[in-house]
Amino acid sequence: MLRITRIIVATLFFVLITFYFLDFAGILPESVHWLAKVQFVPALLSLSAVILIVLLVLTLLMGRIYCSVICPMGVFQDVMSRISRLFAKKKKKFTYSKSKTLLRWLILAISILAFVFGISFVVGLLDPYSAYGRIITNIFKPAYMLCNNLLESIFSRQENYTFYKVDIAIRSILSLVIGGATFLLIGFLAWKNGRTWCNTMCPVGTVLGFLSRFSVFKIRIDLNKCTSCGICATKCKASCISVSTHSIDYSRCVDCFDCLNDCRQEAINFTPSAAITRQGVDASKRRFMTAGITTALVAPQALLHAQSTLLSTGGKAYKKKNPLTPPGSVSLEHFQENCTSCHLCVSKCPSHVLKPAFMEYGLEGMMQPTVDFEKGFCNFDCTVCGDVCPTNAIKPLTVKQKHVTQMGYVVFILENCIVHTDNTSCGACSEHCPTQAIAMVPYKDGLTIPKVDRDICVGCGGCEYVCPARPYRAVHIEGNPVQIAAKPFKEEKKEKIKIDNFGF
Amino acid sequence: MDRRDFLRTVAITGAAMTIQHSEAMEILTQSVSKLGGSKVDLVAVMGGEPEAMFRRAIAEMGGMKKFVKPGQKVVVKPNIGWDKVPELAGNTNPKLVGEIVKQCFAAGAKEVTVFDHTCDDWQKCYKNSGIEAAAKAAGAKVMPAHLESYYRTAPLPGGKIMKQAKIHEAILNCDVWINVPVLKNHGGANLTMSMKNHMGIVWDRGFFHQNDLQQCIADMCMLQKKAVLNVVDAYRVMKTNGPRGRSTSDVVLAKGLFMSQDIVAVDTAAAKFFNQIREMPLDTVGHLANGQALKIGTMDLDKLNIKRIKM
Repeated sequence: MLRITRIIVATLFFVLITFYFLDFAGILPESVHWLAKVQFVPALLSLSAVILIVLLVLTLLMGRIYCSVICPMGVFQDVMSRISRLFAKKKKKFTYSKSKTLLRWLILAISILAFVFGISFVVGLLDPYSAYGRIITNIFKPAYMLCNNLLESIFSRQENYTFYKVDIAIRSILSLVIGGATFLLIGFLAWKNGRTWCNTMCPVGTVLGFLSRFSVFKIRIDLNKCTSCGICATKCKASCISVSTHSIDYSRCVDCFDCLNDCRQEAINFTPSAAITRQGVDASKRRFMTAGITTALVAPQALLHAQSTLLSTGGKAYKKKNPLTPPGSVSLEHFQENCTSCHLCVSKCPSHVLKPAFMEYGLEGMMQPTVDFEKGFCNFDCTVCGDVCPTNAIKPLTVKQKHVTQMGYVVFILENCIVHTDNTSCGACSEHCPTQAIAMVPYKDGLTIPKVDRDICVGCGGCEYVCPARPYRAVHIEGNPVQIAAKPFKEEKKEKIKIDNFGF
Repeated sequence: MDRRDFLRTVAITGAAMTIQHSEAMEILTQSVSKLGGSKVDLVAVMGGEPEAMFRRAIAEMGGMKKFVKPGQKVVVKPNIGWDKVPELAGNTNPKLVGEIVKQCFAAGAKEVTVFDHTCDDWQKCYKNSGIEAAAKAAGAKVMPAHLESYYRTAPLPGGKIMKQAKIHEAILNCDVWINVPVLKNHGGANLTMSMKNHMGIVWDRGFFHQNDLQQCIADMCMLQKKAVLNVVDAYRVMKTNGPRGRSTSDVVLAKGLFMSQDIVAVDTAAAKFFNQIREMPLDTVGHLANGQALKIGTMDLDKLNIKRIKM
């Protein structure tokens, strides 16, 4: 029963969040992004106290339910492991393996240090949710779009336009490579041995594993009934049941409940409180204290750090050629420290202006999304990236706030402008400008030329995207290292114009 | 004047004097003018709702059946360039588009397709303009136009700068197409109307801006498959900050509609109409003169048989 419930709920979570990443056509409602927001690292980074408390309480109560149900990377490994079992000629059995405690805590320590020092690349690389997001966005989404285009070509031949073609562009080789490598590595480990990654590398697994030692409900072996047949251990994809000592490594148990059904003696159960504990209690207490003190020392610092970035209001020296961060990301600093490169915004941006950075943010910001106007420009009324961002690296904006958020500003270079060089009409930039920060004013011979009002520019990039001047565009957007408020454009008085005649 | 002519004149004048304000009179004169064989070149309507103005204008032109034959594949090409609601006048009025689609089917069209190569995200444009819903409600197919693969190269014989262009396959595959622009101010071309609306059937608009916009707009109209009818929507007119516009203060409720097979003439008429809202000398709208030079149509409205109707 427990196992079936786990499988059903996990499948639901997994399918929904995976499809949400793939879903370019907007079939799922936007509200599904809550599935990303309940992920552990995003909740931690966005300081969502409620979600964190719920996750911690859940773990202290039931163990690593998060790992078996909520985390898409966890379920992905179950899927891989299941497939490998289907294809295996001989029946595959899991066996107990020793815990890699040192490795686990080392990786966790590195992640925490990286987080404290703002090297978000490492945190993003190791966070299971973000790593999964990158796999889907960079590997599976192009494949999904390819299928769509195949369907489209079949349907369009019948002049049915239910499907429409989509532009499949690989926006970032680096992310493709890293996403692919993650997929291969974790997929391979899962194929071979189930949840190896969760119990050796995953920092979230280490934290929750540590907590679940103290959880109320646990898998427990009733020594009075157990015949030491070892069948439970062969089912354990976390390899955490030791038959010889009749012990379970709770730091590795992911609550999959696969072990429960096959015990003929019903000697293994998921039960509350301790009848049988044979572990060195002292050692565990000691570890609890150590970890507690470490956390107590690190957490406030991290929080302070996080808050200070939230409150930073500028004063940073202006550097030219700043990369653009998405609208609502407060500042380069805030964005870089909070983004784990899950690429949900990249996947969801309807205008395709977000792409994973290569070196735009420097080494530590690789794969974090940057705004790029090669494929499109930021829709004036769209707030999707902030709405879906689970880590609060991009804060949600209302449409009104978005209209006055300046992520960058327009720079006009007269020497490149076609009106100036060719003496012909153009106006493409102004055509696309939602605020008329770049407006056409009389020039000569009935021509018009762009004039810039930087204060009302939001940096949407419509002008840069469309400017036809080559090899150098006449308009481009400079990034704001700290996003500022754009002035609302001056509304002209609505004139009452009455027309009674045709005029000819 | 002989006696017969005299009597005829008296009879007609008498009849005209007595029933001059009734609707019936207008219909009567209409049929008389048609029976007389004098072809109407251009219809200008004002003062009505979009659907009513169109119904009136197309009746004056001789009915939709004159342009759309039974069994034909028709394309209705509105301006759906921007992610804007109808009140902001960034796109053709959806009610007008819906009415035209309906009339095409009434005239026996086998299918009607609606599309535009948008500037903003195409799905947002199709949806928020209200055009997708209106066209579908009337039975039309709404086709995407956001990728190069929907376009094929076609020649523009006689074009001065642009000799060929990649044209949307819906236009190339149809039997007839109807051009339905909206009258707007335009930062680059000064005005956008029927001729400029051709930029929504081509893929590479950058070429236009790179190589003399006003000439390329005229060249584009050299496409062999010309629109069988041009209908300029001037119900709501964007007078400033076009073609995108910022707010309702850019929009004037002018309640106008212009229709002609002569694309230069209908744009000239619309430009003169616009000139009453905001000064717009015809020579600043360079593509009109360029079009006339290429013999696509005429700017000389005085030589045309124009029907002016106030509703």
